[in-house]
Parts: sequence; structure tokens; C-alpha cells
Amino acid sequence: MSMLESFLAMGGYAGFIWPTYILTAVVLVALLVASLKAARGAEKDLDAIQQTRRARRRNQPES
Amino acid sequence: MHRFANPARFMRIATLIQPWAVGVTILTTAAGLWFSLIASPADYQQGETVRIMYIHVPAAWMGLFCYTAMAVFSAMALVWKHPLADLLARATAPVGAAFTFVCLVTGALWGKPMWGTWWVWDARLTSMLILLFLYLGYMALVNAFDDPERGQKAAAVLALVGVVNVPIIKFSVDWWNTLHQPASVVKMGGPAIDSTMMVPLILMAVAFKAYYVVVLILRTRAEIAGQKLRVIRMAQVHAAGRAEIQA
Repeated sequence: MSMLESFLAMGGYAGFIWPTYILTAVVLVALLVASLKAARGAEKDLDAIQQTRRARRRNQPES
Repeated sequence: MHRFANPARFMRIATLIQPWAVGVTILTTAAGLWFSLIASPADYQQGETVRIMYIHVPAAWMGLFCYTAMAVFSAMALVWKHPLADLLARATAPVGAAFTFVCLVTGALWGKPMWGTWWVWDARLTSMLILLFLYLGYMALVNAFDDPERGQKAAAVLALVGVVNVPIIKFSVDWWNTLHQPASVVKMGGPAIDSTMMVPLILMAVAFKAYYVVVLILRTRAEIAGQKLRVIRMAQVHAAGRAEIQA
């Protein structure tokens, strides 16, 4: 058996060890991506709404 | 503490911390994976499955740590009405739930080859499952009300009541007969595991902590922006209502 094959075989426990690492990676990356999207989305919406408000205020100085 | 309760100040501090937290996460994850998968020996009893422990144990620590953090933030929100504490508690919940889920599944993946079973209803495993349900209950409750403040208050009370589960989990292996082994890292007389296994364990623990900081900052930023959006939209609705009355 080559070095890589024996590494991947994990002493016969490959079916338990690799799912552990893959599942952990999937869960953590998914949460990270979702959080990144939430932060960018909310901050973009806020910027947009604040810009339209500023523009409206410039157009009608006395209210 | 009150000086940090200001969202604008939080944003300034977060911008400073974020790149460092990202850097520490990447470095310790890379080093942790190297040591846990390649540069550490197989256990004399567990064989290669000891490598599951380098994920399972730090994930369990994070499950407990995040819950404790959530309870402390909730207490600060209830007692001092910090504008940020509620947001930090809300941002912590999904991270803790994710780590608790990872801990339970990886525990099953280790239990099958080593204990001969995916799951047993013993004290440690059951109390950890309850922790996951507490997280899920918190996340459901916090969004269950039309008025976000009411949801936050109800969820904060749940977080505080549920904190009793944290010492139960920690000491469950000492109080009851269980299949789960007792603590081997944090114990009287020093850790009972070899340094070759301690290194990947500590690296993974640091990586998970740094990951928590990264996600906490991102989610809190989203919460702050979301709250500002709500206030502006509410003001717009009120202004539109006033204009209609005048017209």
C-alpha cells in the first residue's frame, strides 16, 4: 500500500474519521458563509436606505 | 463594561479585531489539521479513531462556552439593558448550536467503532442533546414575536434558566455511571494525555474560538444594521401616516 493509500485508510477507520472532518468543515463553512451574507446584505440595505433619505433631505431643505 | 455597549464603538473595535481573528482562525486550523491528521500518533487503545477526538472535544468545549457566553450576554441584557448584549447573545446562539451538533455527530462516529453503538441514553450524551435543544429553543423563541424586544426578553430568560444544564453536562461523567469517559484534560493533577495529542487538541480549540470571534462579529454587524433598518422603516411608516392625516 502506498503512503497516501494507508493515510486515507486511517487504519481501517476511514469511514468514521473522514466523515467527522468533512461534516465539521461543511457545518462551519456554511455558517460562516451565511453570516457573511447576512452582514453584507443588511449593511447594503442600510446604506441604500440612508442614501435615499439623504438625497430626499437635499431636495427639500425646509420640511 | 458599559463603554463597550455602544454599537458605534463596537463597530470600531470589531474592525480592528476582525482581520486578526481571521488570521488566527486560518493559521490554527491549518496547523491543527496537520497535527491532528498527520503529525500525531495513533492511540494504543483507540487506534486512529483518536483523531475524531481532536474535533469532538474542542467542539464540546465550544458548545458549553457559547452557551455560557449567551447566558452572560442575556443576563447583561435583562439587568442593564445593554443595547449590544441582546445582539451578542442572538449572534452567539447559532455558533453554539453548530458546535453542539458537530460534537454529537462526531461522538456518534467515534462511538460506533469504539463502544459498538452510535448512541446511548446516558447522562453525558442526553444532557448534551438537551443543550442542542436549548439552543434551538432560544433561536426559535427570539424570532417568535412581532415585537423583537419581547422575543429577546423571553429568549434571554430561557437562556438563563437553561444555564443549569452547563454544570450538569460538565459533571455528568462524575455524578452518574456513564459510558462516556471522565475528563482527561481539565482535571486535578494536570492533564492525563500525552503532549503529542495535547498539541492538536489545543490548536483545534484555539481555531474554534477564533472562528467564533469571526462569526460573532459578522452576525453582530448584521444585527446592528438590521436594527437600524427597522428603526428607519418604522419612522418612515409613522411619517407617511402623519402626512396622510394632514392631507
